[in-house]
Amino acid sequence: MTADLRPDLTTGAPMTELRSPLHDEHVALGASLTAFAGWQMPLRYTSDLAEHTAVRTAAGLFDLSHMGEIAVTGPQAGAFLDLALVGNLTGLRVPGARYTMIVQPDGGVIDDLVVYRTGEEEYLVVANASNHDVVLTELRERAAGTGLDAHVVDRSAATALVAVQGPRALDVVEALAGLTADPAGPADVSPATLRYYACLPMQFEGAPVLVARTGYTGEDGFEFFVDAAGAPALWRALLAAGADHGIVPAGLSARDSLRLEAGMPLYGNELDRTTTPHDAGLGRVVKLDKVDADGAPLPFVGRDALAARAHSAPARVLVGLQGLGRRAARHGYDVLASTQPDAPVVGTVTSGAPSPTLGYPVAMAYVTPEMSAEGAELAVDVRGRREPVRVVPLPFYRRPR
Amino acid sequence: MAAELPTTLEYTAEHEWVDASSPVTVGITAVAADALGDIVFVELPSVGSTIEAGAVIGEIESTKSVSELFSPVSGTVVEVNGAVVDDPSLVNADPYGEGWLLRVDVTSTGPLLSAEEYAALNP
Repeated sequence: MTADLRPDLTTGAPMTELRSPLHDEHVALGASLTAFAGWQMPLRYTSDLAEHTAVRTAAGLFDLSHMGEIAVTGPQAGAFLDLALVGNLTGLRVPGARYTMIVQPDGGVIDDLVVYRTGEEEYLVVANASNHDVVLTELRERAAGTGLDAHVVDRSAATALVAVQGPRALDVVEALAGLTADPAGPADVSPATLRYYACLPMQFEGAPVLVARTGYTGEDGFEFFVDAAGAPALWRALLAAGADHGIVPAGLSARDSLRLEAGMPLYGNELDRTTTPHDAGLGRVVKLDKVDADGAPLPFVGRDALAARAHSAPARVLVGLQGLGRRAARHGYDVLASTQPDAPVVGTVTSGAPSPTLGYPVAMAYVTPEMSAEGAELAVDVRGRREPVRVVPLPFYRRPR
Repeated sequence: MAAELPTTLEYTAEHEWVDASSPVTVGITAVAADALGDIVFVELPSVGSTIEAGAVIGEIESTKSVSELFSPVSGTVVEVNGAVVDDPSLVNADPYGEGWLLRVDVTSTGPLLSAEEYAALNP
């Protein structure tokens, strides 16, 4: 065995490890903790496979308090975000949620984000933990640059994020004692009627909680943004509510294998500053048709570069690879044109693992366009051996509806 | 984890164990199995091959990571655990028993640690 047994989950610069408001809960549950993006977070509680399977068949409870929460408020908050991000945020209903990105002027992705609109003049931008600081800095600089009446406030330290994911997620949420409607919120919406990618202000034990039907596992699920001080009570209440529905606490290891099966990009793997949204097959999040009050194209950061990119042939394409052997491709491995010894390198694996649900190895990879056709038989260099793989459509796993 | 460390075995700093029988049996520790997570693939040397202490002789792959298996001893492989190749989860379930990896007719050993010494390195 190698001496270094730490799994390859860490992204971002090492720093003093922050602790989740739920740290004591994790320790009490016997979690294996891992350093992740400057945080000490649960890697697993019992078994990666058991936690993964619970989310696919029943429900899993995740602590995502390491994610960055940045509030953007003010009369021109939406107009500012339309200039700062690639998406159309003024077009987002209240309350609603949207997957979007913040890019560099050259179109390279700084981070992928979920933005919640919690009021006419209130947005919550959720950034990856490893990118929290850079997104906060970019938003502040861009806000200062536009001169619009919008305020960027970091709420990460004060906010905990807990997710229930799985086919029984709604059962768990409906059994959650202490969850009540927000008197100021919409009366005709409940967790059961909440649509996918929508959110709803509610109360948990009298304190505000934002409930969103979003997630990162490929399953139905709900995410709860709650004040850090109230997080342990919510966590325990969700475990109690889910006891009859098969809920288990689930760690970052299961989260990564779940999102990979669901074909969802991970910043640092499928996305980075050298990658445009189009490269990752996510050109649909770039709203080139955004216009200003005069009907002229809105000059959001990255617009010119992405407009050019939208109409040019891609240099590489993100594909799914099904492993035909037992050995899994991993992040950074070369993709080859075939298993022949002289086959040229045609791409790079961005994420790979044995798929617990499907029973064979899966990977995402960037390959040259001519090698990207569905059914193409390629190979991956797995530590010196050429393992056969086949190009398959993403996602690898799609939940039954 | 260290509390369950068998004192009858010897260990490497790289988390292998060997017993004192002849031929010796080789496996990986519960510390290693727990750290790797669910083991899904094990590659072992073939029976009859000659191995060197300290050399890479196989791979252990979990859902999240891959680790190389180093030989704690030099000698000839006389048996590999086919049950573990078929069901790698045996390594997690019983690393010092059913999850053994290979048996070696030993000519010499590499540096080995007592259970106390290994436990001190893996508190």
